[in-house]
Amino acid sequence: MDAVRTEALTKHYPVGFWRPRSYVALDALTLDVRQGEVFGFLGPNGAGKTTTLKLLMQLTYPSSGRAEILGKPVGDVSVKRRIGYLPENPYFYDYLSAEELLQYFAGLFGYGAADRRRLVATLLDEVGIGAERRLQLRKFSKGMLQRVGIAQAIINDPEVVFFDEPMSGLDPMGRREIRELILRLRSRGCTVFFSSHVLSDAEALCSRVAILASGKLAAAGELSDILALHARGWELVMAGLDDAVLEAATASGQVERVTPLGVRRYALELPLSVAPDRLVTDLVSQGAELVSVNPVRETLEDFYMRQIGAVPHERGLAPG
Amino acid sequence: MRLIGQIAVNVFKESVRDKVLYNLVAFAVLLIAVSYLLGQLTAGQDMKIIKDLGLAAIASFGRLIAVFIGIGLVWKEVERRSIYSLLSKPIQRYEFILGKYAGLALTLFVNVAVMTLAFYAVLAYLNTQYPESVQVTWSAPATDPGMLRAILLIFLELLLITAVALFFSTFSSPFLSAALTLGLWVIGHFNDDLRSFDAVVESPVAAYFARGLYYLLPNFGAFDIKAQVVYALPVPWQYVVTTTMYGCVYIALLLTGAVAIFSRRDFK
Repeated sequence: MDAVRTEALTKHYPVGFWRPRSYVALDALTLDVRQGEVFGFLGPNGAGKTTTLKLLMQLTYPSSGRAEILGKPVGDVSVKRRIGYLPENPYFYDYLSAEELLQYFAGLFGYGAADRRRLVATLLDEVGIGAERRLQLRKFSKGMLQRVGIAQAIINDPEVVFFDEPMSGLDPMGRREIRELILRLRSRGCTVFFSSHVLSDAEALCSRVAILASGKLAAAGELSDILALHARGWELVMAGLDDAVLEAATASGQVERVTPLGVRRYALELPLSVAPDRLVTDLVSQGAELVSVNPVRETLEDFYMRQIGAVPHERGLAPG
Repeated sequence: MRLIGQIAVNVFKESVRDKVLYNLVAFAVLLIAVSYLLGQLTAGQDMKIIKDLGLAAIASFGRLIAVFIGIGLVWKEVERRSIYSLLSKPIQRYEFILGKYAGLALTLFVNVAVMTLAFYAVLAYLNTQYPESVQVTWSAPATDPGMLRAILLIFLELLLITAVALFFSTFSSPFLSAALTLGLWVIGHFNDDLRSFDAVVESPVAAYFARGLYYLLPNFGAFDIKAQVVYALPVPWQYVVTTTMYGCVYIALLLTGAVAIFSRRDFK
């Protein structure tokens, strides 16, 4: 049984008052998320990530297609007991403290008063706001609200947790803490489905990803496979490189791009067709020193750009 | 039921922390000030005025709370997106609506109860200020328990207003919800005129239309028995019970409508 499964999940929104047209926010999304994995749901802003999460939480209803969580239709109350959700830029009740909010939510899961107190104290410490537990939420910064949001999402020890941009609003230390929290959740057997447009987060955490562009699924699978398919060359970092030697190497057509890094220190980008060892031997024999050699993979940014460039004309407003 | 209760308690907590109950202070000040001023101006007859004013104040303060909190109950949750986290918890949308309604009903109950106690306390104090020779001229004793019938119907009117406001707030903005609720309340006070519209118009179509509106719109006028209780006119319990049942049915219909609309709503 998959943790999450969608089949041709589609969402149209009517746009316009006098002549309503249909805006395709999500177009026939089919994907599956396995239990126990950290699944990255990637895409630039406006790609349809939040729409997908709202459909999975039944905050909106699909125009067509279907979605299941843990083998049951979304919206089933028995499923809601087993999942958690952090909305994008979460906002809560100003008049409650973090502690009161979490106790309120814990009560909705049926925890008794003593369990609630113990659970909430542990959670607040886990997300790093134990000291501010009695502060009203109206006084919380964006990053602190994000932590409260994460705490409420995992308050029921969920089997599947959905995080919509979990790193949003966090400083570098906060991002690292949340990364560690996600890994802890995974080690407990929790499936983590998280959306992000921050690529480094996905690279650090995810085994599999789906990449969404303009409402359509652009790619899905192992992150390494998706990017390895588009490896495009090599990068050599050389020190002690004379200008004349560099010019000769560039003129030979073996070097595609040169980036100065310091005094007589350069990054040289080679196409995939060029064997780096021969060039390195040649340059070292002329007095240069090899600092590093790495394959140049396509980054997710490059991938996005390629996909976005390909897809947008297929989307958008259509007669309603 | 447990979940509805928890949501209701949270609404009540919000009202208390948003200082909604401060209106009780305003009510007490108003009542005491008016009693004092009237005591300076008239001799004996001010009791009716104070009763009338006290009951009107209970109704007016309650209406303000019912309309202006009622229209924001759902809208605020949606606008601030706090509903996203809430609806991902194991609750159904109907439980959310009923919990919100019950929370405001609880707030109104506490308000009306405290105002009633303060009202009777002021009346009891005033009673001590008049000699028996004046008291015997009153049509009803100062602390006439018969006024509780009027207060019960005021409370029901507030529950109905809350249901109307909540119904509109499931699909419209607060401004529009407030306008529609107040509009309906005003029309609802002239409901009896709609019933006898055929006496003043010749067109049978207009008369049928008016009669249709009479049955469709809530009859808020039926809940207003202030004048009767102040002047100690008989208000049979049968009338109170029938009106209560009418209010409950109307509220149930409005809440059913609110749940039906809210259950289909997309949160964009």
